[in-house]
Amino acid sequence: MNWKRASIAAATAAPVIGLFAWGLTRDPNSIPSPLPGREAPVFALQVFAPGQGELMRPAGDTVRLTDLRGTVVVLNFWASWCLACRDEHAALSDVARSYAGQPVQFLGVLYNDVPDKGTAWIAEMGGQSYPSVDDPGARVAIDYGLYGVPETFFLDATGRVAYKHTGPVTAAVVRFKVDSLMAAALHAAPSPTAADTAGANPKAGKVQ
Amino acid sequence: MTRLLAFDSIVVALAVTALGAILGPVAVRRGRRDWVMYLYAAVYTNFVLVTVSTLALVYGLVSHDFSISYVAQVGSRATPTFYTIISLWGALEGSIVFWAWVLAMYAAAVVWINRKREGNLVPYAAITLLVVVLFFHILLVGPANPFQPVFPVPFDGPGPNPLLQNHILMGVHPPLLYLGYVGLTVPFAFAMGAMLSGEVANDDWIRLSRRWTLASWGFLTAAIIAGMWWSYEVLGWGGYWAWDPVENASFLPWLTCTAYLHSVLVQERRGMLKLWNLNLMVGTFTLTILGTFLTRSGIISSVHAFTTGTIGYYFLAFIGVVLVSTLFLVAGNSDKLASEGRLDAPLSRETAFLLNNLFFTVFMFTVLIGTLFPLVAEAARGVKVSVGEPFFNKMTLPLMVALLFLMGVGPALPWKKAPGPELRGKLLPGLIVGVLFAAAALVAGTRNVYSVLAFLFAGFSLVVNVGEFVRGASARVTAHGESWIVALSRLVSGNRRRFGGYTAHIGVVFVALGIAASSTFKQEQEATLRPGETVTVAGHTLRFKNAWGREEKQRQVIGATMEWMDGDRVRAVIEPRMNYYPTSDQPVPTPDVRNTLRGDIYLNLMAFRQDGSTVTVKVIWEPLVPWIWLGGLILCLGAIIGILPERKRLAGDRRTPSPAPSLTEGQP
Amino acid sequence: MTDVRTFTRTVLSVAAGLAIAGSVVRAQAPALSAAPEGALQDSGAPRVKVQGTLTDAQKNDPVLEAATRSLAVQLRCPVCQGESIQDSPSELAQQMRAVVKEQLASGKSPDEVKNYFISKYGEWVLLEPKARGFNLIVYMLPVLLVLGGAVFLVYIVRKWTAVAPVPAGSTPRTGDEE
Repeated sequence: MNWKRASIAAATAAPVIGLFAWGLTRDPNSIPSPLPGREAPVFALQVFAPGQGELMRPAGDTVRLTDLRGTVVVLNFWASWCLACRDEHAALSDVARSYAGQPVQFLGVLYNDVPDKGTAWIAEMGGQSYPSVDDPGARVAIDYGLYGVPETFFLDATGRVAYKHTGPVTAAVVRFKVDSLMAAALHAAPSPTAADTAGANPKAGKVQ
Repeated sequence: MTRLLAFDSIVVALAVTALGAILGPVAVRRGRRDWVMYLYAAVYTNFVLVTVSTLALVYGLVSHDFSISYVAQVGSRATPTFYTIISLWGALEGSIVFWAWVLAMYAAAVVWINRKREGNLVPYAAITLLVVVLFFHILLVGPANPFQPVFPVPFDGPGPNPLLQNHILMGVHPPLLYLGYVGLTVPFAFAMGAMLSGEVANDDWIRLSRRWTLASWGFLTAAIIAGMWWSYEVLGWGGYWAWDPVENASFLPWLTCTAYLHSVLVQERRGMLKLWNLNLMVGTFTLTILGTFLTRSGIISSVHAFTTGTIGYYFLAFIGVVLVSTLFLVAGNSDKLASEGRLDAPLSRETAFLLNNLFFTVFMFTVLIGTLFPLVAEAARGVKVSVGEPFFNKMTLPLMVALLFLMGVGPALPWKKAPGPELRGKLLPGLIVGVLFAAAALVAGTRNVYSVLAFLFAGFSLVVNVGEFVRGASARVTAHGESWIVALSRLVSGNRRRFGGYTAHIGVVFVALGIAASSTFKQEQEATLRPGETVTVAGHTLRFKNAWGREEKQRQVIGATMEWMDGDRVRAVIEPRMNYYPTSDQPVPTPDVRNTLRGDIYLNLMAFRQDGSTVTVKVIWEPLVPWIWLGGLILCLGAIIGILPERKRLAGDRRTPSPAPSLTEGQP
Repeated sequence: MTDVRTFTRTVLSVAAGLAIAGSVVRAQAPALSAAPEGALQDSGAPRVKVQGTLTDAQKNDPVLEAATRSLAVQLRCPVCQGESIQDSPSELAQQMRAVVKEQLASGKSPDEVKNYFISKYGEWVLLEPKARGFNLIVYMLPVLLVLGGAVFLVYIVRKWTAVAPVPAGSTPRTGDEE
């Protein structure tokens, strides 16, 4: 037995096995976005689906991110051909409605799709409470480093990307993120209305 | 019913293999030849059982028995029968069944052919095969069980992945790949058998496994080329190789196996490199398992990767077992394998083989390191990086060019001595042709160094290797007065391995020319056309005639009829399509390719207007691409020539030893 | 059509999961209606329309096209994961290519364009890792292996040729020629 050779070989094999074992615990398809923590890329996009009630923005309006300073922004990229978008639609729509009147703007961004199909899809899904804008040429999607749909970006009141969610979101996730971002905004700049909103937070956070 | 039959067969097969693998060594150690027969019986029984299970699964697929989980996963009533059958290897679980079946078949054939051989080499090889089979059975009853019950039984299923039912090559490439990939287990088993039985010092394991190795190599070569073809015909980007981890996984063992096919000649002739060859073969098998691990575990993102569960951990454990056992066996036997190295001249056939092995080994490591680097970088830096085509091209092109050159020099060098003055006569014609090729490439407009070198060495190697045939045959023509055809066929059949090798070299030249030309001179353009409008790429004019739609059983098709014009005459009609499958709401682009010897016109339908008023097509002129497929055929022909048994020497040959034919020619 | 392969895989796994769970794919039926109903229909989204900023002259400028191509082959398509944005027929890849072209046309250097994509997608977007720092390993190892191997070969060939030549006819075995 040539122990020297055996041990040299074993010494090279062990780290490789170790590396693989570690690799198995990772998801190769989840690629971290460099955006969180950075200034959110600005955009000016036209509304094609107005939304409902209080949250409504007339179709044809231009939504500018620069006008949304001071509010938390939830940017949801979606498409009518996207299966997973169906899973999150109701949750997003309901959560958005429940925040009506608070400093939060929910915005759908149509990704690689035609507005007509998007409108039809919304009708088929039973409506959407918040407005959706069209992103022709996916320029904004690329600016946000989009990999696919659905992806949801949470921007804080100062216009930074705070968090990115890949895949369908759940109501709990959206509420938690929105609440903590609103709380952070209040903490930074306390205002008379702060008390009401802050009071709503713990309750909202528990919703599953 | 079918489900139970299929599953129970695997369970019984697992028990049989486990028994064989455990009791086999006992029998061999006790020297009980009669017990060894039971070991062999276990191998045969396993084959029968796995065959039953595989056939049952195929029957389940064909009869749309959706109570079987695998059928419910990949089956659909609308899928044509051909694609239903081949969906056997379309997803993870089925591919493991198929793998187990191919392995069982190899094992049974190996044992049957060698069943009468004395000594412990074959029994130990059989045990090794059983252990590998056992691993796959464990997968089949564990993490990759395709035979789980489904309740309630669905009425219909989603059908196979649209990409896998979109082209007939899907019925060709995977079986070839498995035959090659799995076949490499056989020489590995012989190597293990040699080490376990202590028969490692003689070359029996090499001789017994020679044809299996060559056949597996031939299958693997064919599979890689067929895979390139599939990717070219189906994926719509006009390329054939993207250095995707799955492609690399099939390429890695091919590289070491090719190195082995060369270096083993040095061992057979000079008794050297015994330990190295053993390592190469063990490494080749390890790379097949590693490659499977990489593609089945989901550890590395790849376009072809199957979705997975815990199967990665099983593979990792198996890799660990293989590594540990082979390392210790090789280390334990390394003293017996010590061989005295002797070279008669620094420049001879032997040194050409040594260089060949250096390049192939480094090639393999380069591809391996590149494939694994994203994982390493993430572990070390916590950052995801990509290692893709530009990297692999940059790093491996020098090696490819060097190997192409060596392929021309090697056959011209004599064994066991420095080349004499005849070397010039062998190399000079090649050099002239090579320079002509390179000049043609320069005139055609390339200034890429590797491209020019590739043409230079391709021309050079082509002439040198063809020259070996010409010289040998012409010597026979003069010595025996045979006709050229007879002389050539006798020359080849008298020394099949040598001329099989040269044939393979010629195949490589064709592949190299196809790759060099198509990557250097490819031209493409995207155009939006109205009916009657034309687009011209590289001097080829295409006219858009009309767009159409039709419904087929399992899909809906949108197509564009394009006419390849030759003046006013329509030279060919090309119809790129988009296929819509119900399981995917994105269309599967289905390019259409018209092959000519000079190159292909490759059309891909990118978009169309609803009313058919315009279409957007991508037109690619792909020079010499069919030469790659042709080269693949020649490579396989080379492997076949090498496998066929040597022709018995004709009486006439023996009586009048000719001055020139096979054995002396090339090594005067 | 976004990346077809990744997408179909995802769809299949979803569908397979459903099928195994026993809920028939029928439940998915509304989602499966994307295929055209006999007649011609738009292929989903509108194709890339180069957004405003390019003039007609720029659109057909072969120099710009070549520069775009040489940069596009180095950028990884986010939805295909193996292919470059030059090779991928997917929608997003084509749009990214259009962005590359626009930015080049606006006078940005290739490195600036690359950095734009790195700032959006991370280093991952480069198909060839930057040759610096830790990444040097993947570039240097093969080179070191060739050099080391070559040195070793020279050493071994010298050593073996120094051994007294084998007397003629005493080769271990007359195996086959090649």
